[in-house]
Amino acid sequence: MAPRIGVITFPGSLDDSDAARAVRAGGAEAVRLWHADTDLQSVNAVVLPGGFSYGDYLRCGAIAKFAPMMAQVIDAAREGLPVLGICNGFQILCESGLLPGALIRNNHLHFICRDQRVKVETNATSWTADFSVGQNIVIPVKNGEGGYVADERTLDMLASENRIVASYIGNPNGSMRDIAGITNEARTVVGIMPHPEHAIDSLTGPSADGLAFFTSVVSTLTVGART
Amino acid sequence: MNTTPISVRRDIDTVERAGSTPDVQQPWADLGLKPDEYQRIRDILGRRPTSAELAMYSVMWSEHCSYKSSKVHLRQFGAKQPQTDAMLVGIGENAGVVDIGDGWAVTFKVESHNHPSFVEPYQGAATGVGGIVRDILAMGARPLAVMDSLRFGAPEHLDTPRIVSGVVAGVGGYGNCLGLPNIGGEAVFDSCYQGNPLVNALCVGAMRHEDIHLAKASGVGNLVVLYGARTGGDGIGGVSVLASETFDATGPAKRPSVQVGDPFMEKLLIECTLQMFAEKLVEGIQDLGGAGLSCATSELASNGDGGMRVHLDRVPLRDATLSPEEILMSESQERMMAVVHPDNIERVMHICQRWDVTATVIGEVTNASHLQVYWHDDLIVDVPPRTVAHDGPVYDRPFHRPAWLDARQSDEPTTERCPRPSTAEHMRQQILELLASANLCDREWLTSQYDRYVLGNTTTGRGIAVSLDCNGRFGALDPYVGAQLALSEAYRNVAVSGATPLAVTDCLNFGSPEDPEVMWQFAEAVRGLADGCLELGTPVTGGNVSLYNQTATTAIHPTPVVGVLGVLDDVRTRITMHGAKPADAVILIGATQEEFAGGEWAHVVHGHLGGTPPQVNLVAERSLASVIRDHRHLITSAHDLSDGGLAIALSELVLRNDYGLDVSFADTDADAFTMLFSESVARAVVTTASENVDAIRAACELVGLPSALLGTVTADDFLSITTADGVITLSRAELAEGWSRTFARIMS
Repeated sequence: MAPRIGVITFPGSLDDSDAARAVRAGGAEAVRLWHADTDLQSVNAVVLPGGFSYGDYLRCGAIAKFAPMMAQVIDAAREGLPVLGICNGFQILCESGLLPGALIRNNHLHFICRDQRVKVETNATSWTADFSVGQNIVIPVKNGEGGYVADERTLDMLASENRIVASYIGNPNGSMRDIAGITNEARTVVGIMPHPEHAIDSLTGPSADGLAFFTSVVSTLTVGART
Repeated sequence: MNTTPISVRRDIDTVERAGSTPDVQQPWADLGLKPDEYQRIRDILGRRPTSAELAMYSVMWSEHCSYKSSKVHLRQFGAKQPQTDAMLVGIGENAGVVDIGDGWAVTFKVESHNHPSFVEPYQGAATGVGGIVRDILAMGARPLAVMDSLRFGAPEHLDTPRIVSGVVAGVGGYGNCLGLPNIGGEAVFDSCYQGNPLVNALCVGAMRHEDIHLAKASGVGNLVVLYGARTGGDGIGGVSVLASETFDATGPAKRPSVQVGDPFMEKLLIECTLQMFAEKLVEGIQDLGGAGLSCATSELASNGDGGMRVHLDRVPLRDATLSPEEILMSESQERMMAVVHPDNIERVMHICQRWDVTATVIGEVTNASHLQVYWHDDLIVDVPPRTVAHDGPVYDRPFHRPAWLDARQSDEPTTERCPRPSTAEHMRQQILELLASANLCDREWLTSQYDRYVLGNTTTGRGIAVSLDCNGRFGALDPYVGAQLALSEAYRNVAVSGATPLAVTDCLNFGSPEDPEVMWQFAEAVRGLADGCLELGTPVTGGNVSLYNQTATTAIHPTPVVGVLGVLDDVRTRITMHGAKPADAVILIGATQEEFAGGEWAHVVHGHLGGTPPQVNLVAERSLASVIRDHRHLITSAHDLSDGGLAIALSELVLRNDYGLDVSFADTDADAFTMLFSESVARAVVTTASENVDAIRAACELVGLPSALLGTVTADDFLSITTADGVITLSRAELAEGWSRTFARIMS
């Protein structure tokens, strides 16, 4: 049976429909989850989509982390539930403490939307298993507050533990060490600033390179179920 | 803190009081009403209006809301409407609706937010986007995408970067936060827009036929629900005269007249409204835009059975000190009004609550013929709604052809007046000069600030194409022709994607209608657009008029921005400008004449504006569209020819792809200069595999369109143009040099 992957809708989520479409294209069943509910509906993984949760009038993601559904996600993620946070979802993961560091205003102070070249740095995560290490992909970046920052010690730790998931080729926003995405110690939680869900076919995206994020988690979950 | 509601202390101007105090002096002139208009209100009511009624009439009878100067001309769009089965809802509703087949409909409209964007560029532009999105939503559609047509002053003027950065940030900040991709538009610089920038925003949405909703309040006993943002003091501008007249010195202070947007609230409003539509809970719906509650209540009632009772004191307020007149006039953003059957009200309130949207029942539909507004227990408005919403004043303003136009039209860009390049090298330099000019350079600085990736959706397989175009200089040379050329260009833009153009929306930006020469320009542009739409078979489904775009006595160029909507039955068959492969043939379709007046070459190289604009040829435009549509399986890429002509189209193809082009004009009649810089209409460059050249050219011949084999796509990284005077070679890096840097330079 296809794995069930939850996509949470917060008020102000924008890419939730696209994320659900990408989940289905990756071979899983998309389960729409509502921020105010508390039932994870036995999903096997969760995607936190992009957008402006609660308007992002405070720090991006700072309010979303208090959503009732996020309390469930945070607990389950600590138990090993695979979670992918895209853009605003990445910001929520950092605010929730599931990933280290923070995302700040782009260094050029403008929102930026462009087709971004990204290098996949590791395939040892639940969401990148189907990539090869060093693979160059093109997926859209679109953010106003996408600059990844952390203290030197954290950055060194991420690098030495092979937890930088993807890095920019041509940094769009001033992210430290060109970081586009990172993972947690267990390699189940991934936050990524560019949008793989908008690159699952060449008709609606610049490439189909993003699809492998969604097939990866299906492979990981399926292998997990077999063993 | 004093918690006593201030309203309790107010001296309310009731209907009863108005009846017994006919001689009270009222500030009608300060509200923009003319003496005869005020008298007409008194005649309609048989008494003097209350201050609340005066507020409603004055704002609803304003030029912006009543179209009083333009109405007599706009009627042509109906009178000359082409026969079409595609139009499901026409002019007069929030937006027109077009059938695209298989039970799907598309609604689209362009609207101006010019004056607010000059005063406060960020909020002016942001709320412009917000307003047009609510118009589309109010038709029952899910908004799918936005576009914007922007015009700014001279690129070198000190104030221009302020306006550009504010407007672009406002369009992006609002649209990005709504999750609506920005799919294109225009950004034009010209000194005529210095004190009058134009911000025209378009939204397109889609729905099933059965989901179309209209703005009408019918069904006695149905409830009137106001939902969305609370009502504040923003955008009430002129009504402060009423406040100062009616209230004592402790009344509210003067308030800003530009509204402030909250895109997050708008996003909630969209989702919450779409859920109400999906559950079929809404009998009628109207967005609150210009004129706020005055407009929404009077239009809903007027379009319905006529009777509505509103309890104004129930309106949730952001500022408890607002007077009833101010509440009626407030243009606070992100509000909607729905008419709901009592059986469904509980569900509607539940949906609003789920989305954290404030909703309040503020009234009900009655079997009376009047719109009645109460403030607590006092009746403060008692009017026939039609007299407010639809039967406002209509002016047939005097107009005449400007005296200066003959001189301008006879000032053709002749070889004496505008010397032409004499050598291939000279032409090469001028191509680079054009590419680096403000109106032809790369817009990436601007477009990269807009989200264009969201709402990927392929469930229907159908696709739509929309284009927004205008060249104000053509309008300045001949407004009739200028309007048709805007239509022609937008139609062509849609056609080169392989889509079938179906319908038109327009935003008519002009100077003061009180100037007979401006009024003539307006009348001519409307006549030209109506005639053109009739000939192309694409009806005008709705739009907007923006007048008074002038500083002192200097009006902007007549700027009729035209949006054309087209449909593709299978979006996978669309043509882009990226599909060509090396060795593909390059074909120019269409006839090229010596037409430079009003074009980019004359503007950039000579700063010249004179002569007669390119000749309109809508028959050829239709033929071009049909050839491209019928051969879209053979055409690997296409680019329409418009601003800057063939020189710019060829350069863009090389700039935006990773191949080169090798072309010559051996197969054409005109000289290289004319071929490169003329802006003749109904032309496109297409590429195709060499074995399909004959088929495409034969199809052109069949419909009477000339075509020329220009050359081939190469694996090189340069554009090569062979002329009688030598070869022009331009590498991609050379082409990009000025083209990619100009916009940032303007902004610095």
